[in-house]
Amino acid sequence: MLLEIVTPSKKVFEGKVSVVTLPGAEGSFQVLNDHAPLVSTLEEGQLTYKTSSGETDTFVITGGVAEVLNNKIVVLADGLLEENI
Amino acid sequence: MANLKEVKARIQSVNSTQQITKAMKMVAAAKLKRAQDNILQMRPYAQKLSGILKNLSALPGDDNNSTKYSEERAEDNILLIVVTSDKGLCGAFNSSIFKATNRVIENKYKKQFDAGRLTILPIGKKALEFFTKRGYNVISDYWNMFSPVSFEKSSEAAQFVMDSFVDEKFDKVEIIYNEFKNVATQLLNVEQYLPVERPEGAEDASFGIDYIFEPSQEEIVKELIPKSLKVQLYKAILESNASEHGARMTAMDQATDNAGELLKQLRLTYNRTRQAAITTEILEIVAGAEALGS
Repeated sequence: MLLEIVTPSKKVFEGKVSVVTLPGAEGSFQVLNDHAPLVSTLEEGQLTYKTSSGETDTFVITGGVAEVLNNKIVVLADGLLEENI
Repeated sequence: MANLKEVKARIQSVNSTQQITKAMKMVAAAKLKRAQDNILQMRPYAQKLSGILKNLSALPGDDNNSTKYSEERAEDNILLIVVTSDKGLCGAFNSSIFKATNRVIENKYKKQFDAGRLTILPIGKKALEFFTKRGYNVISDYWNMFSPVSFEKSSEAAQFVMDSFVDEKFDKVEIIYNEFKNVATQLLNVEQYLPVERPEGAEDASFGIDYIFEPSQEEIVKELIPKSLKVQLYKAILESNASEHGARMTAMDQATDNAGELLKQLRLTYNRTRQAAITTEILEIVAGAEALGS
């Protein structure tokens, strides 16, 4: 599935991933392939994803919204605290 | 005939002016590049956000858009957000904004203006000075946005505007700014900011997608609408910023060309005068020699 992370100042990431963990407003949750359509607000926290080639990467976002629709995840982050810890 | 020395002094002064305008053009070009990048980078965010909002408002069920930000009231108190630049020397960039503002006031809000219930929120030093000098009602807390442009600063302003709208201090808010089309063209834009208009094409987009909402649909709409408002203002500021540099670049390019033209004329005059002086001198010498010889 396709993951896109954008902030108001730039596009942070776009690419194929297999797993995404998001800091939801009511607790952290994970999205796998073929997830049902979902819209969730995000809290400050860690966003972790695993690319199709098996690499894991983490961003710390300050909040935002995520939409999952037809195997496409769009994360609108308000901002990034620090990249790639 | 013109005085040689005078012409020389003018050539020198035009020359240095030309150097300045040339340098300003270069600086504007460099800044334009950065400002343009900023917009291009933020456009995907704005698009995605309005996409999600559109998907949400296409859902059946309760009227999602009837939040406190979309309440339509009688237009008693008006707020105009006017976006200009901090610095001048950019052609008609600022004056066209002021003209447009006056036109909007004249055509749409004459009544409110005469009753003193029209307020201006200037962004950019030029707008602040212009409207303060002319005695408009001005909110002068948020004019400084451009050094440098940041989402946080524009969010503060947006928050202030939203709060005063909810408190019914203003019933309608519009933004007036220059939209960046390309380097040479700016489009003047007057946009309704509050109350929020229903997103276009909301009916057909993705009717009936069965979303899971977390925490709830209401909460999400409540959070998304202020966010999209902040983004809207930020976008206007970025657009205006890029337009400013574009306008300055074109203006300075023109100024450099004009200075070149003027220099050409002045050099011609200078050489003509010099030639004339030499001719007179030779004539005098020859006449003198002839007088001695005879």
